[in-house]
Amino acid sequence: MELNAWALVAVGLVGAATFYLGQHSSRMANSTHDFLLARRAVRSQRNAAAISGEYLSAASFLGIAGVVLKDGADALWYPIGFAAGFLALMLFVAAPLRRSGAYTLPDFMEGRLAASRPIRGFASFVVVLIGVLYLVPQLQGAGLAFATVLPAPVWVGATVVALVVMVNVVAGGMRSITVVQAFQYWLKLFAISLPAFVLGAVFVGGAAGPHSGGLDAQAPPVFPERTTVEIETPVVLQVDEATLLHADGVVNGAPAEGEVFWSAEVSHEVDAGTTLRFDAGAPVPSVEGSVPDNASWLVPGSDGAGGLVGTYSLMLALFLGTMGLPHILVRFYTNPDGKAARRTTVHVLLLLGLFYLFPTMLGALSRMYVPELLVTGETDAAVLLLPSAMLPGVAGQVLAAVIFAGAFAAFLAACSGLVFSVAGVVATDLLPGRVRDFRVASVLTAVIPLALAVALRPTDLTLSIGMAFALAASTFCPLLVLGIWWRGLTARGALLGMLAGGGLVLAAFGLTLAAGYTGGSVPVLVQQPALVSVPVAFLVMIIASKATQRAVPPGVGALMLGMHAPDPLGFVQDREIPRFGRAEERLRFSKRRHDER
Amino acid sequence: MWRAKPASLTDGAQSGKLPSAEQIDSPTKPKRQRVVLADSRQQKTGIRPRVELAQQTSWGEMLIKDLIGAQLKLGLAIGLVVLVLLGSLPVAFVVAPGFAEVTVAGIPLAWLLLGVVPFPLLFGAGLLYNRIAERHERAFVDMIEN
Repeated sequence: MELNAWALVAVGLVGAATFYLGQHSSRMANSTHDFLLARRAVRSQRNAAAISGEYLSAASFLGIAGVVLKDGADALWYPIGFAAGFLALMLFVAAPLRRSGAYTLPDFMEGRLAASRPIRGFASFVVVLIGVLYLVPQLQGAGLAFATVLPAPVWVGATVVALVVMVNVVAGGMRSITVVQAFQYWLKLFAISLPAFVLGAVFVGGAAGPHSGGLDAQAPPVFPERTTVEIETPVVLQVDEATLLHADGVVNGAPAEGEVFWSAEVSHEVDAGTTLRFDAGAPVPSVEGSVPDNASWLVPGSDGAGGLVGTYSLMLALFLGTMGLPHILVRFYTNPDGKAARRTTVHVLLLLGLFYLFPTMLGALSRMYVPELLVTGETDAAVLLLPSAMLPGVAGQVLAAVIFAGAFAAFLAACSGLVFSVAGVVATDLLPGRVRDFRVASVLTAVIPLALAVALRPTDLTLSIGMAFALAASTFCPLLVLGIWWRGLTARGALLGMLAGGGLVLAAFGLTLAAGYTGGSVPVLVQQPALVSVPVAFLVMIIASKATQRAVPPGVGALMLGMHAPDPLGFVQDREIPRFGRAEERLRFSKRRHDER
Repeated sequence: MWRAKPASLTDGAQSGKLPSAEQIDSPTKPKRQRVVLADSRQQKTGIRPRVELAQQTSWGEMLIKDLIGAQLKLGLAIGLVVLVLLGSLPVAFVVAPGFAEVTVAGIPLAWLLLGVVPFPLLFGAGLLYNRIAERHERAFVDMIEN
């Protein structure tokens, strides 16, 4: 890909602004508590922007347009689910969790259920697992985005993002992250809405270049002009009608050179390094399993009952998974009280709703202007390539750079949040818990996913993110909901429920991964396991808790009171972060707290 | 809260001259004034229920259980309404495909229903929940303190 100099400038600017904001505000962060919690006094509006900034990851910024390009109307469930997750979080978790004073999920388990060290350790392990599942696709997306816009191999983008995140998290801690995340929300909103408005206007005004045919046509999209597509990772393609093309490389296991005729009945395996050339007007082949023609692309529910089950399963995972994401929960703890936590969530719903209007629009436009992405399967690059395809020349390049800046901000925001929160858990639960351990943990939690991201085969961003949501929905969601609203939950019950739900999701994930390598396909409920795993987790948790009723912690009444009594009554007791910070750090903090009262 | 002679003070200010010493504290007629530094009524009556809550007497338990139940019911109700509204869409599109093909201003209805409408709906639901939940909490605090 040719060098887009504007994109380099954009990345430079975003990186510089991130560093400046991070450094500028980290001067105030001194003690462990400052470092971790921004002293619990982050205002709710800025906190909402920070939560949204942290939440709008590469999956939202690039992934949604990508699945819209590929799957059409059915893909619109992703943004709905991403936003609806915050409603569920607000209805069942936000205020009581904030009042419980728990800082991480393992902390909640210990505080609410008097869980023993091993059980707490298990919860920490699940946090790390979710974090890694979420981080790997982010970094892979970063690699793809950099390789799309700059002449760079795939590992460069992932490494750049991991490095910037590491430095920022290690140097600043939470307060700097809050400022940075809030800034990055607005940056992302700008970077997605400006191109959407400009390209929308160009489209309506008819000033755009040739496109692939009306979206309501019965036929698949066609190549607007003679197009050469280089296949970099092996794909299996399908065509909707017999297609003549020029191939140079390996097709269906045999070397191909020159004209090839593809029939619609069978699928065609294309190996890496193959070049395909299509004439203008040729129908665009698409990756197997995606929606081939525009008519079924335009209409939701076109893939029948299986698709329906998949849709519901996805909705459930996203609706209930958000509350179990470690980086989101940590943010809620920075609210001053339960009421503020609820208000923050209302703001978040507004900010997210605003943002999610735009990726859909860009995804639909990319179906018309960059259909060649359907061939390579790298649909996540759609928003990055769309401006140049619609607006040749400098204007398109500048817009592409703006989008790239937004994508870069998305990688940074989501990754910093995750690295920060996972590192917090690792530092307190697995390491002695000094500030230095936090730094070590940050480096570890950035480097390990980086290695995985480079080593593993990339899949669609939204798909792998979906798995992280399913895992969160099947482990921490039942733990939180039952822990907050039901006195009868016990530590054993919670452990067994999390094992059952999490085990199912991981098994499904393993099968899906394996199928990706072998080229096989798996049933819908294996791709989207939440519809099974979430009810199982809830049921096991309830039954196992009933069986171990004697283990209900004795102070449960006081805990429930603390979580649910309105803030002005003053029953809230913040849990100290256990074993975090050296003795003198803790002393300094407790003194200051005393003075403030 | 001072409830002493504000009238003379403002009178003086309005007529543009400072009140004389006589007007402020006349030695001949010491007026009795009531000085209220803090409203103690709330504290006195609020302590009992607060203690009952803290000590988890059966009455205190009942109070907080009522609040928890009310908040949970509210959350479930709003969650259910939103889930039914959104969750009926996939079935509707499968059962009545014709309904998905209606276009509004050139945009298919399905895309509007999935790409635009859910977000104001979610925000509205959040706003409503927040309002009612805060009302529950205010009522609870009022009940405890009065």
